[in-house]
Amino acid sequence: MNIWDKEHECMSRDELEQLQLERLQAVVNRAYKNVTHYRKIFNESGMIAEDIRSLSDLTRLPFTTREDLRVNYPYGMFAVPLREVVRIHSSSGTTSKPIVMGYTKNDIKIWSNLTARLMTAAGVTHDDVVQITFRYGLFTGAFGLHYGAEAIGASVIPMGIGNTDKQIMIMQDYKTTVLVGTPSYALAFAGRLEELGIDPKALSLKAGLFGGELWSEKMREDIEGRLFLKATDNYGISEIIGPGVAGECLCKNGMHIYEDAFIPEIIDPETGAVLPAGSEGELVLTTLTREAFPMIRYRTGDITSLDDAPCACGRTLTRMSRIKRRSDDMMVIRGVNVFPSRIEEAIFSVAQGETPYQIVVERQGAMDHLAVVVEVTDKIFSLELQKQRSFLEAIRKRIASVTGIHVDVRLVESRSLLRQQGKVVRVVDKRDI
Amino acid sequence: MLKIKNINTYYGQAHALKNVSLHLRAGEIVTLLGANGAGKTTLLNSLSGVTPPRDGQIMFDDTPIHGFPVHQIVRLGISQVPEGRQVFKPISVADNLELGAYLHHRILGRKDDVKKNRDMVYDLFPILKERRKQLAGTLSGGEQQMLAIGRAFMARPKLMLLDEPSMGLAPMVTQEIFRAIENLVKERKTTVLLVEQNAKAALKLAGRGYVLETGRMILEGTAAELLENKDVQRAYLGRDKKEIWER
Repeated sequence: MNIWDKEHECMSRDELEQLQLERLQAVVNRAYKNVTHYRKIFNESGMIAEDIRSLSDLTRLPFTTREDLRVNYPYGMFAVPLREVVRIHSSSGTTSKPIVMGYTKNDIKIWSNLTARLMTAAGVTHDDVVQITFRYGLFTGAFGLHYGAEAIGASVIPMGIGNTDKQIMIMQDYKTTVLVGTPSYALAFAGRLEELGIDPKALSLKAGLFGGELWSEKMREDIEGRLFLKATDNYGISEIIGPGVAGECLCKNGMHIYEDAFIPEIIDPETGAVLPAGSEGELVLTTLTREAFPMIRYRTGDITSLDDAPCACGRTLTRMSRIKRRSDDMMVIRGVNVFPSRIEEAIFSVAQGETPYQIVVERQGAMDHLAVVVEVTDKIFSLELQKQRSFLEAIRKRIASVTGIHVDVRLVESRSLLRQQGKVVRVVDKRDI
Repeated sequence: MLKIKNINTYYGQAHALKNVSLHLRAGEIVTLLGANGAGKTTLLNSLSGVTPPRDGQIMFDDTPIHGFPVHQIVRLGISQVPEGRQVFKPISVADNLELGAYLHHRILGRKDDVKKNRDMVYDLFPILKERRKQLAGTLSGGEQQMLAIGRAFMARPKLMLLDEPSMGLAPMVTQEIFRAIENLVKERKTTVLLVEQNAKAALKLAGRGYVLETGRMILEGTAAELLENKDVQRAYLGRDKKEIWER
């Protein structure tokens, strides 16, 4: 099994901790110097940069949250002047404004090397042809893995999302060996192959790197069995860097976190207390090498657990389990982060006021679908049929424009939605992942 | 081989190094960058015991050496080549080297080593062999620097601390000295911590580097990363980057 950066992926714990401490001290000094937000939280907590004398001192610092990123929209969290930023990505936030991440030239290089590590771990070499089916654009997924594949020297096909028949044609003709995308797309892809009567064994696929949404061992078996490839999980979050935070090796027993670049902690999402090794809780990450966008104790909202036990692949890095669920109400639908609060805003603004509604998440075939069910109120009931239809259409359009995904919107009878203690249950998740 | 954690060094009241951590692996060349007064020389002096840190930890080959006197640190294998060359000008080149051999000759009683080491120095800097009988004060600046490095090498250190070896030297001479440093590391299994004003040359030679700013470490990275870092470019590379200065 190949290892991209043996020096850092196979470091002794002792060496790693020294390097982490040095980098932590440096990033804290830089963040304090260059980012008003961090200077403020340091001053408020009565700490100075020199108080970080060991890795455990990190826990004395406050968390950074999505809310902090929102308040500092758009460039307030940047640690370098904008002219040194060569790339801007963004991700959906809880309000109408997205959150904005910046990258320097070095950040892009660092990012490429991190994704090259996880792709190498998944079995990708310079002989491979990599088809990337993540969405390019403001999302980090496609670009991150694209750079990693290029760093390795593989041939990249930057397909982007959708147009499955064309994807299949290219996969057959260009002899794609590696599929990169969401696990649900892999299953949709397998489904389409079956419909078209194409034998997946006749394709050249050998590896699949999947991420960007919650998935399960059951889905892995399904994908591997239908596409005849080795499927691995990888983890990333745009606020930290994008993909490249952690990746599975072919032992498939959890994702190795690149600890020379990120310090992971597991906390109780309710109390914020750091949990003992091995516990399940919310992942908190601190970046050690980012230049433009240092994050100190960022709450990812993802629930996982860490495992320090040695791995047969030789990497000494800790492993995080597959993401179990979210600690907040954010949903990941086909790789897109969706906040129920945004959908609510859209509905209420079209309805011109509060109206009972429910969001239903379902898995139809392999793909996740969102449906919004709105209860008929007297006001809606009194509308002509034509107007009712255009009302639903308006909601659909508004939701698509704020979240970037298409949803079904339908009306149901008054008082027919599931209620708990008199209140409509806002989100019903019917997926069995 | 070297591991520093949280050292704080003071000159009287002045807090010159604030919580500095750094490491070196055997066989590495690591450069330390920073503006004048950032604390680079202080860090070298803290390591060699000249200005011992008030607190923090320095581990050298798993021995805690903070608080050790200079001679003991030299004996463990750390030699410093101070800034400004500081050779003994009124005595010959050969005698200067002999002084550097004090440890091996007098203390360890390994007289055979002394000759072997001297030959290695002459090998490294043939010009010193030519001028071995000349008084050190009559050497050119570059030759004096070679002599200073050679003298430190006579103690056969595991770790050499070099303070601004290129200072005041012509580019050609600097190149020769840097080649010699590379040779010390590759052929003679020495490890080098290099403080340099000439950041560009230092980052070409070194594998990794650190950046100090007013006594604090603000960056650690590979030489390639540091070369691309805008702060480093602005402050130490003085590249023709007008636009960076215009802010």
